[in-house]
Amino acid sequence: MIKFEEAERGLETDLEGGGQQRLRKLWNSVRHPPMVIQRMLKNPVSLTGIILVLMFVAIAILAPVLAPPVRPDQPYRIPRDGYLAEPKPPSAEHRFGTTEGQYDIYYGVIWGTRTAFRVGVLITIATIIIGLLVGTTAGYFGGWIDEGLMRVVEIFMGFPFLLAAITLAAVLGSSPRFDRITTGMIALIVFGWTTYARLLRGDILSVKERDYVMAARTLGASHGRIMMRHVIPNSIFPTLVVASMDIGSYVLNFAALSFLGLGAEPGYADWGQLISFARNWMPRLADYWYILVYPGAAILLFVLGWNLIGDAFRDILDPKLARSRR
Amino acid sequence: MIAYVIRRLLILPIIIFGVTILIFAMMSFLSPGQRASLYVAAIPRGAGQMDEIIEKYGLDDPIYVQYFRWLNGVLHGDLGFSKIGKASVLDTIKRYIPASFELAMWSAIPLVWIGIQLGVISALNHNKMIDQVLRVFAIIGWSFPTFVFGLLVLMIFYAKLQWFPAGRLSDWASQAVLSPAFTQYTRMNTIDSLLNLRLDIFWDALRHLILPVITLSYVQWALILRVTRSSMLEVLRADYVTTARSKGLAEGVVIDKHAKPNALIPVATVSGLVMIWMMSGVVITETVFNIHGLGWWVATSASQLDVISVLGFSLFYAILVVCGNLVVDVMYAYLDPRVRLE
Repeated sequence: MIKFEEAERGLETDLEGGGQQRLRKLWNSVRHPPMVIQRMLKNPVSLTGIILVLMFVAIAILAPVLAPPVRPDQPYRIPRDGYLAEPKPPSAEHRFGTTEGQYDIYYGVIWGTRTAFRVGVLITIATIIIGLLVGTTAGYFGGWIDEGLMRVVEIFMGFPFLLAAITLAAVLGSSPRFDRITTGMIALIVFGWTTYARLLRGDILSVKERDYVMAARTLGASHGRIMMRHVIPNSIFPTLVVASMDIGSYVLNFAALSFLGLGAEPGYADWGQLISFARNWMPRLADYWYILVYPGAAILLFVLGWNLIGDAFRDILDPKLARSRR
Repeated sequence: MIAYVIRRLLILPIIIFGVTILIFAMMSFLSPGQRASLYVAAIPRGAGQMDEIIEKYGLDDPIYVQYFRWLNGVLHGDLGFSKIGKASVLDTIKRYIPASFELAMWSAIPLVWIGIQLGVISALNHNKMIDQVLRVFAIIGWSFPTFVFGLLVLMIFYAKLQWFPAGRLSDWASQAVLSPAFTQYTRMNTIDSLLNLRLDIFWDALRHLILPVITLSYVQWALILRVTRSSMLEVLRADYVTTARSKGLAEGVVIDKHAKPNALIPVATVSGLVMIWMMSGVVITETVFNIHGLGWWVATSASQLDVISVLGFSLFYAILVVCGNLVVDVMYAYLDPRVRLE
């Protein structure tokens, strides 16, 4: 999947050296969260996004009520109703029907929400932390450290994101050391952090020559202190807020891995994994639409929710568009 | 700029060297036994045979020895053997390129063209109803997992309505293509059929391409639309546009002659990047539509743990990406004199 933000923001900075302005704007809005939230609630687009995400949060929390697990010790195993190969349409017993092998789709969609949040949040946090460490180190110290780290970033970026994740997931998946979910997540983390490292480095570079950083340095503050007290709060926090909206795109990519058989194993409550069953029933998919439509709608709405919020965020924080609004 | 290009070309081998290390590091996660099974077509039954293979290929040697041996092979064009392609990895890549390139090429046309049109419309109607509708439309496309969208259009147009078929060609057409009367110049069906003056085959190939092309481009429209829109908004406020308007030029002329050419500079760059990314987008699309191209081959190899193939393709692709990025950078600097490459 395209790393949307990078292409776009790279251009922004190229076009008008707008980094500084963007940062100030971002920072002001983050410092006054009520204003941002107010604006997001007023805009129908971002409001839709917020409602969608809250809906999924509710489903995830209420999963044990909505779909009581048959075996409470293994709630993520989708219960099976026999082993019959042919999928069965929605009925009173199976609200969304069953896949091949009689996995209950309703159960999988409900508990898949928890999987989605777990996968999305963990990957986002991990990639941001790695990006943060690499980006701040490169940006703050500069010189050959910067040069070296940025070459490493370029090497990782030499692979297209999804393809790299597929490769690593395939390699890791062939050894029994990790379970499949972990494998998929590791693959996405290892190749996901580079965008943040680059963006954060740029943010740091724009802040570190400011007077107050110089002042702190003159006062003899340590690197760590300058970083924690002055550079990080003033530069990268806004980027982090925007990056946190990438949960949706990670869930999307994880679903793609599962679809290819490299994410969750068959029978695990995961949306992409449920849809992978649809591949085997291609010519008659019109009859077996429920294998695709229910989990597909879940992924689409989940990702859409996050993207709508993220888009509104960027719009509020984008200096170019803000100028035209005045 | 020439200095920049030279510097980047000098860095290129370093990056590619780094990529090979990364690839090999991934491979070292496999046990010697697993790697041995990658070298042979069928896993040998005898107990001692596996050890023999491990011995023969030096799979127990220190990791750096193995790395240099592998690198030596790669430098001599030996990327290993693909089980799915039933040929060497290099030959398999060569065989599958045309199908993927054809798909990417046909997708790029509607993607870039429609993306730009929609972006311009969006910018000219800034914050009006049509702008909002187009943006939501693009965000939905951007939120659609490729495989869900692909399966959905297959379900509707192939399984239900039977308007479009799956695969690359109908049976009769693939027989005609393979017959001696038909010369395969490029192995891209749409182009070969035109060169052979076989319009029926061209039409058949095109019909097979429509659904994958829609899938591959819809999920990426958002990017082109957004970049065009924000670049166009920026340009429309520039002084030279105001000047053109105050000269009394017609609004259509202002937009077509003054605004658009400048607004499209960043779009050209992004389109270049999208083309590169598209080769990665084909992985899912080809799998869903059962088009036997590079993407299908890689996905199948990955799911059958044919790691040699996946790594071989990654290396090929990494070189493509690094070179492609350089071309895009240079193109950007060429189109926009304000950009200085250093």
